[in-house]
Amino acid sequence: MNAPASVMATQPSGTGHARKGAIRIQNVDKIYDAQGAAVQAVSDCTLDIRAGEICMIVGPSGCGKTTLLNAIAGFHDISGGAIYLDGEMLCGPDKPKAEPGPDRVVVFQNGALFPWKTNLENVAFGPVVQGKLGRAEAIDKARGMMADAGLAGVEHNYPGEISSGMRRRVEIVRALMNDPKVLLLDEPFRALDSLTKSVMHEALLEIYYKNKVTIFFITHDLEEAIFLGHRVAIMTTRPCKPKKILEVDIAHPRDYSVLTSPRFRALMEETVSAVHEEAVKAFEAGEKEM
Amino acid sequence: MAKGIFVYRVAKWLKSPTPYLMLVGFALFFGAWFLLSEVFKVWRFASLPGPRQVLVEWFNPNPVYGMSLYTPDYYMHVWMSVRRVLYAFVISTALGVPFGLFLGWSKMFREFTFPVFETLRPIPVLAWVPLAIVMFKSDETPVIFLTTLASFYATALNTMLGVRSIDEAYPRAAACLGASKWQIFRHIIIPGALPFIFTGLQISVGVAWFSLVAAEMVSGEYGLGYLINSSYVNVQYPIIIIAMMSVGIVGYASSALVRLAGDYLMQWRVRELALAGGG
Repeated sequence: MNAPASVMATQPSGTGHARKGAIRIQNVDKIYDAQGAAVQAVSDCTLDIRAGEICMIVGPSGCGKTTLLNAIAGFHDISGGAIYLDGEMLCGPDKPKAEPGPDRVVVFQNGALFPWKTNLENVAFGPVVQGKLGRAEAIDKARGMMADAGLAGVEHNYPGEISSGMRRRVEIVRALMNDPKVLLLDEPFRALDSLTKSVMHEALLEIYYKNKVTIFFITHDLEEAIFLGHRVAIMTTRPCKPKKILEVDIAHPRDYSVLTSPRFRALMEETVSAVHEEAVKAFEAGEKEM
Repeated sequence: MAKGIFVYRVAKWLKSPTPYLMLVGFALFFGAWFLLSEVFKVWRFASLPGPRQVLVEWFNPNPVYGMSLYTPDYYMHVWMSVRRVLYAFVISTALGVPFGLFLGWSKMFREFTFPVFETLRPIPVLAWVPLAIVMFKSDETPVIFLTTLASFYATALNTMLGVRSIDEAYPRAAACLGASKWQIFRHIIIPGALPFIFTGLQISVGVAWFSLVAAEMVSGEYGLGYLINSSYVNVQYPIIIIAMMSVGIVGYASSALVRLAGDYLMQWRVRELALAGGG
């Protein structure tokens, strides 16, 4: 996929990493048949996520963006179209449901660390069940990755014993243990207070600068989207498809000073009305979360 | 770690009003019983043995009715009942937990077994007594069969609910991380259902005592239920109460043991609850 020259400036600038994790969402439809009433959650949605970029998906609650994520992750099928990862079809006409796998790891809205495993066991879980590493090796690697992410000291605690911000970090590290092509984040910081959230944003960027993994990040927070993303896709309310795609031409690495920069404000102004419009539509339609 | 938490909890318990309120509760209960039956001999309570009479008999080296803490027979009855409950509990757990796990895990399995299960479940244990005696010729097996029955329902049902209560995100997360179906079952479904399973086991052990006594009253020649029935026939009323209180004490101890086993297996939960200020 060749990106236009003008966009190259905002492209992720990895050093020596082979680019991987490009997702092509092509004319995807998803119709739910809830109690006999067909609901079109996603309609003719086409979106290219470039390898190694942070792509933010913004839309009002219930617009169908999680449906899209679930289709990529392989949690449910699609009704039409196809999704490709690095040119290989994940799901399409002959195979409506993708197979979940460690190349596309999800970080869930309410967190899904296993409460009955310690943080360290959680992080080591992927390579062990895949048979890629022995238990001892996996534990070693997990300990190292946790230390790198500033999580030394909570290895032997259970997830229920640490703060929710910490839990999110552990969950992201658990995903990265598998060296995934794509991280699928479903409003991961939604339940956090705004101060913790800002800490988490910087932590996520720091992790990203080290790992250069493609990030598909769902949110309804426009500020978060512009602060983190290379691009922001603003989605229409159900049925879900891109309404506007914003290139965020603020250079990475970014920190919180970006939030007060004139360019950031200008981008906010440029997009806030588009988001608001969809939010009003969603509100009037009284859509529930899906 | 586990021991530290245990000592901490005992110390905390002793500092709280809980143990003292418990003592007051028992004192009130025995006091009321004493006054009603032995002091004022209130109508209908007059024919009931009083607590003083029962305790004196229970701790009597030369018991009037031939049964006390000093007679080997008493321990024989207790032991027979404990052994039957143990058998029944082990059998009902060994069958009920896997059955419940599959009920929760597989929609198809649930659809063809659950209706049968739900139809059998309301049939009281006592209704099974004649069939149990016809089916199992010996003295021991019908009692164990009857005791197992109700326990099995409690364990299976709670285990199924436990599986159904697991947040959908956990198996999904495990699938993302590359776990196979069987690995999800082992690492997510079983530990995820464990809190409910142990709730079920606590109910199960209580129900086991409940149905054991009923079964022993009809069949068998030893055990606390048998003792209650035979003492009634022989007009040895204090022994009835000694046997009843023995069931209460042993039953309480057995569910406490189940709870301890649960806490031991679910350290994560104990610690979470301790942080939440409960526990």
